[in-house]
Amino acid sequence: MRRLIGLLTIFVYAFMHLPIIVIIIFSFSKGEILSLPIPGWTLDWYRQAINDERLRAGLLNSLKVATVATIVASILGTLGAYAVQRYRFFGRQTFRAAVVIPILLPGIITGVAMLTFFAATDIPLGLLTVMIGHATFGFPVIFNTMAARLSRLPRSLEEAAADLGANPVQAFWRVGLPSIRTALMAGALLAFTLSFDEIIVTIFLTGNQNTLPMEIWARLRFGMTPEINATVTIILLVSGLLVVLSQRLTRE
Amino acid sequence: MSSAASKRLGFWISFLPPFGWMTVFYLVPLGALLMYAFMRHEYVHVIREFTWENFRQAFTNIGYRNTLIRTLWIANLVTLIDTLLALPVAYFLAFRAGRWKQPLMILVLLPLWSSYLVRVFAWRIILGYNGILNGVLVHTGLLHEPSTLFLYNKFSVVLTLCYIWLPFMILPLTTAFERLPVKLLEASADLGATPFRTLRRVTIPLIMPGLLAGGLSVFSLTMGDYITPSLIGGAGDILIGNLVASEFGVAANWPLGSAFAGVVLVLLFALMAGLSRKGVLENL
Repeated sequence: MRRLIGLLTIFVYAFMHLPIIVIIIFSFSKGEILSLPIPGWTLDWYRQAINDERLRAGLLNSLKVATVATIVASILGTLGAYAVQRYRFFGRQTFRAAVVIPILLPGIITGVAMLTFFAATDIPLGLLTVMIGHATFGFPVIFNTMAARLSRLPRSLEEAAADLGANPVQAFWRVGLPSIRTALMAGALLAFTLSFDEIIVTIFLTGNQNTLPMEIWARLRFGMTPEINATVTIILLVSGLLVVLSQRLTRE
Repeated sequence: MSSAASKRLGFWISFLPPFGWMTVFYLVPLGALLMYAFMRHEYVHVIREFTWENFRQAFTNIGYRNTLIRTLWIANLVTLIDTLLALPVAYFLAFRAGRWKQPLMILVLLPLWSSYLVRVFAWRIILGYNGILNGVLVHTGLLHEPSTLFLYNKFSVVLTLCYIWLPFMILPLTTAFERLPVKLLEASADLGATPFRTLRRVTIPLIMPGLLAGGLSVFSLTMGDYITPSLIGGAGDILIGNLVASEFGVAANWPLGSAFAGVVLVLLFALMAGLSRKGVLENL
């Protein structure tokens, strides 16, 4: 039984990582067509990816969107978690349940719902509407991490601050926030990466400016090209470092 | 300022911004979507008149109805397969991984942090006619010539969906196993229960909230996916998400698209309402 579970685990891990390994290997392959056998090795695709104007423009837009969305989501998520964990109010449980809906419902629902809303209110589509969309599903991500951390944090710290004459804002800024900073950073990292990789909501909410996943999506319809493999391998390396970092942060 | 007044101020400062944002940018848009679903569509115009027509079409048109049934069927199948794949991994991570646990957890998270689009597309490189699987099978002599049976069909769609959403099942299930009081399992064994009976009567009920939480995520994500069928599936393998996307895109019939989205929305809300009473939502 024990060996069977071990073997199954190895099998599932292989299944989970085979596609990523394939992408990484082909990003170094000389061949333009992604099939076996591999004709030889090259770094040319990396050179092409780095020098590709449209990929660079997409990357820049993605970084803009993810940064703004993460900042907005961090503020909303932290405030919301604070309200739920530190105050008893009418509808608290309903609020708690409602907040996580954007990550429970599939992206396509969020996407088309916001599209109809922006159309009805005559708000033009563009990077701003994408940012609003991404902030909306980033909010519950940060809310969850923060609510979990706050529930383990003794309230007495902030009460002591209040007894010593701090107002709620000071108590939060000087005492509450420093003790939840690592959770906030971990949540923000996750929200940032989710936004950076998001495609479904973006498809419906973007105007004529492409994010990086949108640029990749536009090219994928004509088939995978080796420079996309190279782009993704670079992203994978960066996000790998971010996962390790966020794991360190949440372990504290 | 009195302490009570300052406390009240603190509450409103922390409550109003998230509440306001959620209302304006999420709940109102969901309402707008549902309103569109009851509006009339003529040529490319939306006419603000109440009608059931969109829902009638969604359920009576044979193509639409089959797509809805196919989506439900595939979402169930993917959830079931991911449960079976995740169980041994979650058990291993919680009880057997030891000092390897941290790196193994990172390996579960890593795919979630890397391009969803490309991970879907990678299966085309693996399963295609010139793909890696065919290359290996022909090279080892198991096949005489490459097979077209692996790609652009239900098999490849289900396989890819299982692959893409698997981490969403492993994570809550691992947490559930970690919280499992091992003493209860020992007690059950001490009282003479067979391992199978312990599993059925003690282990499974205790990990159920985590299992249902993961299942809800996988089911919901599959119900809304349309990238996978459009990259990996054949013409007959589209899901309800493809219908939504095309009505909001090239077909430009927003009321009908809203009706499809509305069906998904109501289904998932009903599922969430049913599961929230079992404490599932806290396990996400």
